[in-house]
Amino acid sequence: MNEIKELTHEEREATLGGIGCAKKRKEDIRFIQGKGNYTDDVKLPGMVYGDFVRSAYAHANIKSINSEEALKIPGVLAVLTADDLRPLGLHWMPTLAGDTQAVLADGKVHFQNQEIAFVVGTDRYAVSDGVQAVEIDYEELPVLVDPKKALLDDAPVLRPDLEGKDDAGQGPRTHPNHIFNWQVGDKDATDQAFAGAAVTVSQDMYHPRVHPCPLETCCCVADMNPISGQLTFYGTFQAPHVIRTVVSLISGLPEHKIRVIAPDIGGGFGNKVGAYPGYVCSVVASIVLKKPVKWVESRIDNLSTTAFARDYHMTGELAATADGKILAMRANVLADHGAFNAHAQPTKWPAGMFSICTGSYDFPTAYVNVDGVFTNKAPGGVSYRCSFRVTEAVYLIERMVDVLAQKLNMDPAEIRMKNFIQPEQFPYTSALDWEYDSGNYPAAMEKAMQSVGYAELRKEQAEKRAKGELMGIGVSFFTEIVGAGPSKNCDILGIGMFDSCEIRIHPTGSAIARLGTKSQGQAHETTYAQILATELGLPSDDITIEEGDTDTAPYGLGTYGSRSTPVAGAAAANAARKIRAKAQKIAAHILEVAEDDLEWDIDGYQVKGLPEKRMAMKQIAFAAYGSNLPEGMEPGLESVDYYDPPNFTFPFGAYICVVDIDKDTGESKIRSFYALDDCGTRINPMVIEGQIHGGLTEAFAVAMGQVIDFDDEGNVLGATLMDYFLPTAVETPAYETDYTVTPSPHHPIGAKGVGESPHVGGVPAFSNAITDAFAHLGVSHMPMPHTASSVWKKCKELGLTG
Amino acid sequence: MSKVQVKMTVNGAEVEELVESRLLLIHFLREQLNLTGPHIGCETSHCGACSIDIDGASVKSCTVFAVQASGAEITTIEGMTDADGSLGVIQESFMEAHGLQCGFCTPGMITRTHRLLQENPDPSEAEIRNGIAGNLCRCTGYQNIVKAIQLAASRLNGQREAAE
Repeated sequence: MNEIKELTHEEREATLGGIGCAKKRKEDIRFIQGKGNYTDDVKLPGMVYGDFVRSAYAHANIKSINSEEALKIPGVLAVLTADDLRPLGLHWMPTLAGDTQAVLADGKVHFQNQEIAFVVGTDRYAVSDGVQAVEIDYEELPVLVDPKKALLDDAPVLRPDLEGKDDAGQGPRTHPNHIFNWQVGDKDATDQAFAGAAVTVSQDMYHPRVHPCPLETCCCVADMNPISGQLTFYGTFQAPHVIRTVVSLISGLPEHKIRVIAPDIGGGFGNKVGAYPGYVCSVVASIVLKKPVKWVESRIDNLSTTAFARDYHMTGELAATADGKILAMRANVLADHGAFNAHAQPTKWPAGMFSICTGSYDFPTAYVNVDGVFTNKAPGGVSYRCSFRVTEAVYLIERMVDVLAQKLNMDPAEIRMKNFIQPEQFPYTSALDWEYDSGNYPAAMEKAMQSVGYAELRKEQAEKRAKGELMGIGVSFFTEIVGAGPSKNCDILGIGMFDSCEIRIHPTGSAIARLGTKSQGQAHETTYAQILATELGLPSDDITIEEGDTDTAPYGLGTYGSRSTPVAGAAAANAARKIRAKAQKIAAHILEVAEDDLEWDIDGYQVKGLPEKRMAMKQIAFAAYGSNLPEGMEPGLESVDYYDPPNFTFPFGAYICVVDIDKDTGESKIRSFYALDDCGTRINPMVIEGQIHGGLTEAFAVAMGQVIDFDDEGNVLGATLMDYFLPTAVETPAYETDYTVTPSPHHPIGAKGVGESPHVGGVPAFSNAITDAFAHLGVSHMPMPHTASSVWKKCKELGLTG
Repeated sequence: MSKVQVKMTVNGAEVEELVESRLLLIHFLREQLNLTGPHIGCETSHCGACSIDIDGASVKSCTVFAVQASGAEITTIEGMTDADGSLGVIQESFMEAHGLQCGFCTPGMITRTHRLLQENPDPSEAEIRNGIAGNLCRCTGYQNIVKAIQLAASRLNGQREAAE
């Protein structure tokens, strides 16, 4: 007690290293020494390797598979095909979206590089030889790569396995290549608003197919112990518990006999949410061969087969008054889902949270129509560093607002200010029925405009335009919807999207907490400890955070869609409060006062009005394991909390990007990028800033260069890092970050999540800057990605080149 | 397949092993020597996660055969920690400047920084950005990596001056 008293209030607070502190990261100490433990670092005795024979064609029948020569190769142990999986019922597997997906091609391939056979051998090299030696005899079929042709009467039928089934997950189908139709909003009211509006605008835009491309590809090690019947399954899993349940459901192995371990993960960005054929085949091979089996994707496999993102063909429409007040919005989307309906969304939402597309603006009515179709491309549709389909939605509205501004000859910032939801309107129910929790949009926008000297930039732009130079100012004001989510409207395969935290306080006052999420670089070991430090009054350095082992962590839905802080972070705070409630009883008992006579103060309880009479949390922890407890109280100091959020959280921000374009080369030079984010309560400003830099860079990549393209035969054209754009340090711009703080009213600590905001807001900011550079020339939309060649072509078309 | 003997110095220790002639150096390091610090991100020498130091030059070990490195002196991330086990200046600087997130590119990035600062002890920001252009990072946006390298450069230069 004496020791504590010697410290000042501020010193005690600083000792905790809690919320708001720019603490260095605990996880770094192993990473900077090369001592991280990633899945490909897992090495088990007797471990063998597996890899796929993949389809050369995008659409073909498989007439035969001949493994004879492969099996003669020294070191090759087995070649699995669909016929081998069929007796186990594992040749097809359910997808997260309610469809089924071929694990190994069952008589037919639906996209290039689809998995046909799984070769297992004693080392990677023998396996590679085996893969080369498997002979496949194909019968080519007509290929469908253009989703707009998918619903034509004479379109080739891609999924004969669905013949006669009117549901491939997520609703009735109207054509053999159709997956679902989803409508939301009031169509009649919206049509009426458009009919009566003074001004309407319409713009087609395509958000290209892109890929999250984390630096570590997907991989796993399946280790079936034939004696105990226990499967230990290591892998790059953003959602380890979901993987355990899915493995149990599809394999029939009892769930208690499956231990999923996600060790360190080298970036995820959505790519590592789903379940892939490599996982299933590794498990089967381990069961068959009674050995641990490792599967590691190559980069080409990763880019061409594991889940892509976006591929949304959109038409946006806005109706407005003559002075720029938006009255209504319409959006029509054709969603290319590839060969199987395997996108990762909460099951009831076929287009995810796309209906956040009314953005940060107050207007009464909107209507959205989305159709999903099959094509001969890899399946997927994950959220690449965003909540479900939110980048698509924000790109659409933020482009449309610019299109409207241009039509009305208004400034893009001015039209946003005119239409913002006002601070006093929160909680605000949007036209498409989302309840936005909190925000102060005008203040954020004004701060952003002042910080960049917006008026001066526009003046400079006018001067440059007069001289024939191209300068663009991209404005984006985004509202995200993250923290999926309330179980009343979010589940995956029937499991509510809650998350969890379990805390054990040790007698000497240190602790371990386990959570149902899984960090992939987001610094959970540091930031969760900070939340707990503030809530528990114990130093964050004394709190170990553990995730990713389903045998020890409580059940949770994993990390994606910026859900860790909004959901598991809330569970952590609530679990800590349960501990504090018990601690208060113990302290009251020992200090011989009534519970109500105690108040919490930084790191312990003190008697109201008598602060020197206090018990620090560390002392209470020891007492919790002693003999002097209130009558009837169990010893120990532990808690668990499963948090089902009452609502999503709605982070927002104002981004302004300035670009100079060389009209003779088409090269765009990002001169400056200002990002103001409001993520509510800020847990670790250093980590937040890092997340924003990273998300902006992924937005830069998407806007300026990323696309997974196909030729007419369905050959994938962007599947190596030679073709697929990952920005280097040279072209990546420098960023200036800023913030406002509007806490979430329904979150225990007011935090909203931040990791994906910069991607969601960044894509339209970069893209709007490019289009803005051409806005004075009557250009309303420049298609992404804004490569030098595509920008140069526009310059040439406009006669700007020298 | 017949095996070939290779002999090299790895992080200061003599290594003698039998390898298939087609074995890539990254697999040799990771699987035969259990040095799992260098990572594999692309297998095509684009990403630099496998970067190591061979005879005083940064090399992407995913596109070099182990036999090509016979006789060489190799340093990996595991050799960046000081002999007494304490962190090297570059490692500390990456931690302090928040120059890493998922950690997958970090071993290659730090190894490359080690060589870059030997080549150019006082690089400008542009020289740093060009100097690490062969190492991709998906998490940080490079801004704090650049800061970490600037911090490391100034500390190493400070140490050097103090020693002189």
